[in-house]
Amino acid sequence: MINLTVNGQPVTVPDGTTVLQAVRAAGVELPTLCYHEGLAPYGACRLCMVVITAPRHALVASCAYPVEEGMVVETNVPEAATARHLALEFLLSRCPQSDVIREMAAKEGITTSRFGAPPPERADELCVLCGLCVRVCREAIGAAAISFIGRGMERRVGTPFDVQSDACIGCGACAEICPTGAIKMEDQGNKRILHTWHTTVELHTCPQCGRFFVPEPMSFLKEMFPEIEDLWALCPECRQQRAARQWIEQRATSPV
Amino acid sequence: MKVHSRSDLETLRADGLSTLYPSRLKISVGMATCGLATGAAAVYDALRDEAAARGLDLMLIATGCLGYCQQEPLVDVRMPGRDRVLYARMTADRARELIADLARGELPAEGALAVIPEEKEPPAGLEPAGGLPLLNELPFYARQRKIILRNCGLIDPTRVEEYVARGGYQALAHVLLDLTPQETIDEVLGSGLRGRGGAGFPTGRKWQICHDAPGQPKYVICNGDEGDPGAYMDRTVLESDPYSVIEGLTIAGYAIGARQGYIYVRDEYPLAVERVTQAVARAEELGLLGDSIFDSGFDFSITIVRGAGAFVCGEETALISSIEGGLGEPRPRPPFPATSGLWGKPTVINNVKTLATVPVIISEGADWYAAIGTENNAGTVVFSLVGKVANTGLVEVPLGLTLRDMIEGIGGGGLNGKAVKAVQTGGPSGGCLPARLFDLPISYETLTQAGSIMGSGGMVVMDEDTCMVDVARYFLGFTMAESCGKCTPCREGTRYMHEILTRIVEGKGTPEDLDLLEEVARWVKTASLCGLGQTAPNPVLSTLRYFRDEYEAHVVEKRCPAGVCRALIRLVIQPDLCTGCGLCKRECPAGAISGEKKKPHVIDPELCTRCRMCYDVCPVGAIEIVK
Repeated sequence: MINLTVNGQPVTVPDGTTVLQAVRAAGVELPTLCYHEGLAPYGACRLCMVVITAPRHALVASCAYPVEEGMVVETNVPEAATARHLALEFLLSRCPQSDVIREMAAKEGITTSRFGAPPPERADELCVLCGLCVRVCREAIGAAAISFIGRGMERRVGTPFDVQSDACIGCGACAEICPTGAIKMEDQGNKRILHTWHTTVELHTCPQCGRFFVPEPMSFLKEMFPEIEDLWALCPECRQQRAARQWIEQRATSPV
Repeated sequence: MKVHSRSDLETLRADGLSTLYPSRLKISVGMATCGLATGAAAVYDALRDEAAARGLDLMLIATGCLGYCQQEPLVDVRMPGRDRVLYARMTADRARELIADLARGELPAEGALAVIPEEKEPPAGLEPAGGLPLLNELPFYARQRKIILRNCGLIDPTRVEEYVARGGYQALAHVLLDLTPQETIDEVLGSGLRGRGGAGFPTGRKWQICHDAPGQPKYVICNGDEGDPGAYMDRTVLESDPYSVIEGLTIAGYAIGARQGYIYVRDEYPLAVERVTQAVARAEELGLLGDSIFDSGFDFSITIVRGAGAFVCGEETALISSIEGGLGEPRPRPPFPATSGLWGKPTVINNVKTLATVPVIISEGADWYAAIGTENNAGTVVFSLVGKVANTGLVEVPLGLTLRDMIEGIGGGGLNGKAVKAVQTGGPSGGCLPARLFDLPISYETLTQAGSIMGSGGMVVMDEDTCMVDVARYFLGFTMAESCGKCTPCREGTRYMHEILTRIVEGKGTPEDLDLLEEVARWVKTASLCGLGQTAPNPVLSTLRYFRDEYEAHVVEKRCPAGVCRALIRLVIQPDLCTGCGLCKRECPAGAISGEKKKPHVIDPELCTRCRMCYDVCPVGAIEIVK
């Protein structure tokens, strides 16, 4: 176990913990956008900046920095607060239409940005380039259907050549994990349309009720995990009804 | 043949000496990229064809770069029994005349720059003659000390034999046959060598950490992703002396326990890629790479990876990601590559120049190297000295030399006698230091304290005609375009700083902009993820620190003191000086100049784009820049 202090308060955390996890364990709030406990640290949004004053003085992104014995962490000293505030102010200037960013900034007392507004072609920008979608698709799903394209301000996320992706399994994890709702996905009939990725996948039909409930490309999971064959056979609702029926029949034959 | 022992090296050495110092006429043409750019290929062809036409027995060699860019194409003539003479600014026509003279047994005086002294195998009894200075006595070379560039321009870079003849591969033989990996590390540690890629981390310590780190296999990578505008040190070494890098990389591999090395070289350096590919193949053929080198049981191979043109890939974690086939973008450190690098394994990454130094340290000893330079800043560094300076070129000096020695001594002062105002060191992420700081000794720490960096070794000299705001904007434009865009400060911050600077040079800046600029610059410097963002604001912060008056002139008086910023200047023809030659009228791309022949011309300020073409072409200096 590692002992450290966060804003003067002692905390003990397991070895291998990040400073951010220690800060949260101490009950101190820190905003994050690119951090997710299920994915490897990324260190891109720079919202979780804190100052460590021991064993050496440094301004660090807490999400990617490992704790050390005797470490002293300060989240509210001006150096750390300024770094966070400027990051929020710049993200607000990038995505003035994002409710999430506006609320996050307002929480730190920032309601306007001195750094201008996005150009007209990006006026409705919601993507903060946190990379969660790219990473969940690669690290958790294993599909790697999307990645970053371009450098600097031209950087954005997309499929190769911005056309229908063969690698996308339509799972929707990208849209689910996106903190700002930048990824547009909808189900229409037997189609799932991932508008942002120019990609459409077929949905599997429930043989009982005819409803569409899972993207067809995910059928590869049946080979990987034979035990889910049953999950594939019926939609969740029909499975529930079947289970209820079985329970009633069971009760009828052997009452309590 | 295969090299198994030191005596096999002797065989190679004898072969190398026979072509380095042949008993017949030998001409070497500097044909690294810099020489080719000034027309060395045409010179080479002219020499070859004319010699053939005259039946002159000639050994013609394409060599690398001697570093004196100003004087390219350089031709080195070695006639047995005579002084070895270096000719400068050679042309194809003069090359043909040279052959004619040589055919008559004469060494012409025209274009002769210096006599090249032959250090290792001098044909006895030669006196420098003809009033020519020795090459190492020219002001440009006098203060230089060539360790990294020891062979550049002096050997045929395609012949390992010549590299061996000048002492090459003795160090590898010594390391593999006489030293343990730990002893090898101790030697480098004791030399005080620090990373020549710019950050200056002690090389021996990096090796030690990687050597001690758990995990197998380990890797060693040569970083040749040099991308700074105006810098070409690594390119020159790879083009002119590729075996020095390969030998250094092999020694590094042995020291840390790696069997696989990589040379990451940017694809925009086609000649460097070609030379290094050829050299690796030749080293494999000779058994200097491959299984059990020198029958020592140590196996080592090298793979060449070509970079796809992203500046950020010079950053070590981005470079690793690029080799792995991923996106060229950095990741947070720690963990550092020495413990978790390529494929998550312990990895050493060293710059081209660092690795080229290693064999010399092994051969000459740690103490010998540590005695060069200053305490904590041992050895030599290579700078590409460019910009508004009389002598431009690739310069290798001991650390501790002052900026003044560099600029006024080696560089010969400002171009056309103009006063030098500032120097920018360390590439696009370096800072601009004013002339009053020129007595600073060059070291990693002094440059950092003054607000610049050693960087990979760019050195751009600026004079009174350089606008410091415009310079800051130029460099920021580069880092903005090369930012990978991963972290918020570097992506959004460089974009916004560039926006402010653009406002200022367009005369739309306000005094408040300067404070905002400084605030954002400090944030980008401290909060960015990698070295690119952390150093990108240096040109802005250093010019704000030393040249704030120029910024104020732009935002308060709407005036550009250097007369560079287009929106803030006017071009006017002085009627009493104008001869009406019409040259400016012909050259003006905007058609803004009118006037009758032999009568004073005028510029229409509405049409004029302030491109300064007229200013540059006017033979009598009649164009005035109104600031």
